[in-house]
Amino acid sequence: MNREMKKRLRAAGLWVTTFVLMVIMCVPGLWVVLSAFRPNREILAKPPIWVPEDLTLNNFGKIFGFGAEQVAIPVLSYFWNSMVIALTSTVIALIIGMAGGYAFARFRFRFKNAWFLGLMLFRAVPGIALSLPVFMLWSRLGLIDTQMGLIIVYVSLNVPFTIWLIDGFFRQIPMSLSEAAQVDGCTRWQAFWKIEFPLARSGIAAAGVFAFLTSWNEFALASQLTRSTDSKTLPVGLMDFTAQFTIDWAGMCAMAVIIIVPALILTFLVQKHLIAGLTFGGVKG
Amino acid sequence: MNRFIRRHQGTLTPLLLLSPAILTMLFVVAIPLVFSFYTSLTPYRLTRPESIEIFVGFRNYVRLFGNDDFWAAFLRTILFLAIALNVEFILGLGIALLINKITWGQRTLRTIMMFPMMFSPILVGFQFKFIFNDNIGILNNALQSLGITDQAIPWLVDGKLAMFSIIFAEVWMSTSVFAILLLAGLFAMPRDPLEAAKVDGCNAWQTFRHITLPFIMPFAFIAMTIRSLDVARAYDIVAVMTDGGPAGRTELLWTMIARVGYENARMGQANAMAYISTILSIAFTYYFFTKLVAARRYMGGAE
Repeated sequence: MNREMKKRLRAAGLWVTTFVLMVIMCVPGLWVVLSAFRPNREILAKPPIWVPEDLTLNNFGKIFGFGAEQVAIPVLSYFWNSMVIALTSTVIALIIGMAGGYAFARFRFRFKNAWFLGLMLFRAVPGIALSLPVFMLWSRLGLIDTQMGLIIVYVSLNVPFTIWLIDGFFRQIPMSLSEAAQVDGCTRWQAFWKIEFPLARSGIAAAGVFAFLTSWNEFALASQLTRSTDSKTLPVGLMDFTAQFTIDWAGMCAMAVIIIVPALILTFLVQKHLIAGLTFGGVKG
Repeated sequence: MNRFIRRHQGTLTPLLLLSPAILTMLFVVAIPLVFSFYTSLTPYRLTRPESIEIFVGFRNYVRLFGNDDFWAAFLRTILFLAIALNVEFILGLGIALLINKITWGQRTLRTIMMFPMMFSPILVGFQFKFIFNDNIGILNNALQSLGITDQAIPWLVDGKLAMFSIIFAEVWMSTSVFAILLLAGLFAMPRDPLEAAKVDGCNAWQTFRHITLPFIMPFAFIAMTIRSLDVARAYDIVAVMTDGGPAGRTELLWTMIARVGYENARMGQANAMAYISTILSIAFTYYFFTKLVAARRYMGGAE
């Protein structure tokens, strides 16, 4: 009986701890999402209004420029810029990363580890530190405040990690498969596209999602390399809501939701492959 | 299989495949870094373009080393990282062990854990600016409604509390990196050694210390390496939450670079600082990467 009690207590403790942790993890985000549907009046209320009395879509209407209260923040062009920049840089980074990952997974060459480490170390340069020289060089090249300018930077941010992940996925595929295809008369190029690429496809997609989110979420470089609606991305646009002393909390929350939703969907879709890629590429060397 | 490799031992093909990656990194990172180093040897100001041609040697660095504000920011950055990474590791380990024990809803919990990792750091910063706001934040509102305090706690206005708040935000964002990778390690663990330990009469702590922990350490190093690749994303959080304030009490190396470089337009000085922060980050990544490689060898992974 006593032992049974102890067991139950332990199980209950486990659940309570997990529950508390999950609350801490979820509540901040959920609160922002909820606030996106509440008017500023309710958010600012003192004493606080805990149960929402009046849920509206006005905040979204406002930042998109519909409705009576116009907020002059061009969210649509920010969204467009973010999409174009993140998608283009992801596609380019994937192509470069596939070539590089394949090289690391399938060949032996001199200084292989040094090359790999070198690529990773270049990724470690802090964004804000890198932004200074890139800012100076880009202004000479006329790349400041262009989508192209950010795309180039994001490709280089994404290449090292994409190589790491894709290298891991190619290693999981036995080399004998493509050897067999080559014995049967395929060229190495054909063997790659017919055998290895389809097998690694889900992993490559996961690497793509990771790259997309890095570009989608990046702030330090974008905040210095963009100026106007020509190239400003959503994270930079978020700062438009903060004036010197006042913050449009409801508008900011609505914009936060716009940034979060694509990230959540993508994460949900590929989470399994992402974990597999991170651990396999890392541990089995 | 070995014959296959031997036939392609030439270095040409792999380097050809790698060349787009190498060229990108050269153009966007290596060349700017060289330029950055040169600029750090000049008194370059954005407002006086011709000043980039004046060479002053290491004057910017010497000035930095004699500057108390710089040292304060430098030490604060180290402290910030040390606290944040240790807390993340310990919490992440705890969460991984906890979820490993739970049999029902494990997958859902793991999915929920992925989300903070995918949040934009700027959003995490904004979210906690909203929550820690002394006037309208949910935290103070909750504390006051529950009657725990009748004062508004100045989370982001008081220096020490502000430091706590940014560390909290950082830990919230990045703990899941550790939790997820350590959990993957626990899942991959073979059952036999655990059972053998039980038969031999090891207690829970001994089993954990001598069997579980060594097995999942490589996973911890992967997490550390991944984290070290972009520790500087904490800049986004701090930039939106406090921007180094109040009165410079949360100024980190990264916010200082932005302030000196862009707001004060003193590019020469800012580049010197940027160089120091770059070396710091690279040393950090190098350290954990070599640890990871050593752990791989220990695991018997083939090179």
